[in-house]
Amino acid sequence: MSLLSYFFGSKPKTASVAKERLSLIIAHERTTNRAPDFLPALQRELIEVISKYVNVGVDDIKVQLEKQDNCEILEVNITLPEQPTR
Amino acid sequence: MARVIVVTSGKGGVGKTTTSASISSGLALRGFKTAVIDFDVGLRNLDLIMGCERRVVYDLINVVNGEANLNQALIKDKHCENLFILPASQTRDKDALSEEGVEKVLKELEHMGFDYVICDSPAGIEKGAVMALTFADEAIVVTNPEVSSVRDSDRILGILQSKSRRAIEGRDPVKEHLMVTRYSPKRVEEGEMLSYKDVQELLRVPLIGVIPESDDVLQASNQGTPAIHLKDSDVATAYQDVVARFLDEDRPLRFVAYEKPGILKRLFGGK
Repeated sequence: MSLLSYFFGSKPKTASVAKERLSLIIAHERTTNRAPDFLPALQRELIEVISKYVNVGVDDIKVQLEKQDNCEILEVNITLPEQPTR
Repeated sequence: MARVIVVTSGKGGVGKTTTSASISSGLALRGFKTAVIDFDVGLRNLDLIMGCERRVVYDLINVVNGEANLNQALIKDKHCENLFILPASQTRDKDALSEEGVEKVLKELEHMGFDYVICDSPAGIEKGAVMALTFADEAIVVTNPEVSSVRDSDRILGILQSKSRRAIEGRDPVKEHLMVTRYSPKRVEEGEMLSYKDVQELLRVPLIGVIPESDDVLQASNQGTPAIHLKDSDVATAYQDVVARFLDEDRPLRFVAYEKPGILKRLFGGK
């Protein structure tokens, strides 16, 4: 392939590289920059409440807000510790 | 109701002022009473692009502070009957702009019977840029097919969706339009430049037009004539199409396909 492109002079397409890089960074920045201010507080309080009943740590709860077209989805992901068998 | 349109981009040098000048002129040519406001306090430029720099007496901050009334500060455009320019102040800093002050000016323009108010935003995401978009009903986001411009446009879209009055008050959101400028169909064809479809796919905003890269833009700014007035220019035609689409007229996209120069053109040159 590289030998062929060497002879026929086709260059790598930088536009597609740009598009790929942008789609990654924009997706990332949308979730971080556009998150409303209450998310960290919500996450903290959720941990407080849930840890009353189940033994969970800070990293076990993930709160994310996603936007799809006109509707926003609040995703709360709680990883419960494995139940000790009684 | 006066419709407030912000022309914004995040990144500098992508064509905000050129676009503000041409769109406001285009709307005025269609018979709408239009005002165009330069929000770049400290670095005014719109007056030069509109060719009225020698007629500036009072500016936006003078009106906000009550040192002049709106009628004294508005400059009548030399090309269009219905167009008025409100220049930015050069001497004061951006803190001179207050939300209440801007709101007062916009309300007064509405009382004066203006149909459209175009707000030419400064670059960046600081106070001046936020102030320009605060009262917007519609936004034209100017983007170059280039990585930093696309990323900055996405940032400014986020700010539109969180800091505009419409967003804060939970009203219908600001109507967003994507405008791709400095477009080179040849470079897109060769895979060297993001296509307008790529940019639209990344930003997810409806496209209102594509302005081709052209030497004419410099020629227009040299003379202080908005690019839309140029004769036999692709840029002027593209801006006229944008104004038509803004007014809900159907116009197919032009100047986005690359045509290989024919043998005659290659032999004898030409533009």
